[in-house]
Amino acid sequence: MKFVKFGAVTLVTLVIVAGIAIPTSLQPTSLFQFPVIPGLEEKARNIFFHVPTAWTTVVAFLVSMYYGIQYLRKRDIEYDIRSVSSASLGFLFCFLATVTGSVWAKFNWGSFWNWDPRETSIFVLLLIYGAYFALRSSLEVEETRAKLSAVYSIIAGLTVPFFIFVLPRMMGGLHPGSKGDPQGSGPVVSFTMSGNMLFIFFMSLLGFNLLYVWMLNVRVRLAKIEYQQSSEQA
Amino acid sequence: MTMMSFSTSTYALVEKDIRSEVRTRYAFNALLMFVVTAVSTILFALRSDNPSTALLSGMYWVVVFFTAMSGLSRIFVSEEERGTVLVLQLIASPTVIYFGKLLFNSALTLVLTTAVTILYVLFFPGFVINSYEILFLTVLLGSLGFAASATIIAAIIAKAGARGTLYPVLSLPVLIPLLITVMNATARALAGEPLVNALGELQVLLGYLLVMVGGSYLLFDYVWKD
Repeated sequence: MKFVKFGAVTLVTLVIVAGIAIPTSLQPTSLFQFPVIPGLEEKARNIFFHVPTAWTTVVAFLVSMYYGIQYLRKRDIEYDIRSVSSASLGFLFCFLATVTGSVWAKFNWGSFWNWDPRETSIFVLLLIYGAYFALRSSLEVEETRAKLSAVYSIIAGLTVPFFIFVLPRMMGGLHPGSKGDPQGSGPVVSFTMSGNMLFIFFMSLLGFNLLYVWMLNVRVRLAKIEYQQSSEQA
Repeated sequence: MTMMSFSTSTYALVEKDIRSEVRTRYAFNALLMFVVTAVSTILFALRSDNPSTALLSGMYWVVVFFTAMSGLSRIFVSEEERGTVLVLQLIASPTVIYFGKLLFNSALTLVLTTAVTILYVLFFPGFVINSYEILFLTVLLGSLGFAASATIIAAIIAKAGARGTLYPVLSLPVLIPLLITVMNATARALAGEPLVNALGELQVLLGYLLVMVGGSYLLFDYVWKD
């Protein structure tokens, strides 16, 4: 975990500094210059923050669902603790991805929100997380809460392929990967990024994922202590 | 369990639900009055405006969504309230319970969408069905997919507190792919497009229905058994 902790801090710091400080240039000559991408210009830097947070949101959701399934199979409350910890982190990253995406949409597409298929999907993900926590708070018995919230996260997870694979192909949109995008429509968007941008992008992806793993670890440990205390009192 | 006893016991469960529904007409009357209330509220809001077909087909499913959310949870909540859950757990397998309840809710949703369609055709001059085959298939597949999601969510919230408020909150994120698709397909039906144009939407609806019924079938055991 020490490696994860220091790795996350180092990488995210590096990405924040390099992503913001490296200047753009029409004819990049050194490694410390980004090329100008027509239409994006300076706004292209957001890719180092928006895409990794969105990616981490999906990872956190899948991890939460995975531990939900494990809980249903083994009925060990520790899996529920892991599941809910991952979901709360997912909610945080989902919020960050929504905000960075919305700001990007304002300055590239002209409005903060225009119900692009991807904007719809991330909004639905926020709703799913919200509903998940609302359901949890309305269930008193611990086992029922763990069981039903696991079932709900799986049911909600069943709709995710529709958002990632089906709807963006049926609805036109502005986000890369929508129907009619010359770079191809699909879940994986092929970016035309220069080598040094790609490097920082992958560093950012790794950094945010390590940050998530470390935060999850801290949260799970904290939640376990809280659980032990509450069961000792009872 | 053999196929024979599965179908007989599912039929018996549906028959029991229909019989208790016919005695009180609780869900049926409440749903129909809710539809009338919702449609008249929209008529008040529009006054004499003539809304576009895109808006009308969207509002059609808004009415269906909120009406369904007011009544479809009844199927499991009533068992909890009457304290008949234990009896059902003893006499029938979870699969039978799930498919019985799903059939009843599907029938109720079909009645509901039929009622909404009739009211929309009567009261909105702009709601002219130009492509009957698209509307029929959309409403049929849409209602069945709707009932599939609504049934498993109803089973979940029957165990929770604050049921009435929680039901639409939990259902909406799960239903959004379906709602977006049926709204598009209904707009195509009103525009009078040929059936081929709506094939993509109909495939999504069929896929959604299969995924939801399959997922619910696998997970229902965990929800139903205490």
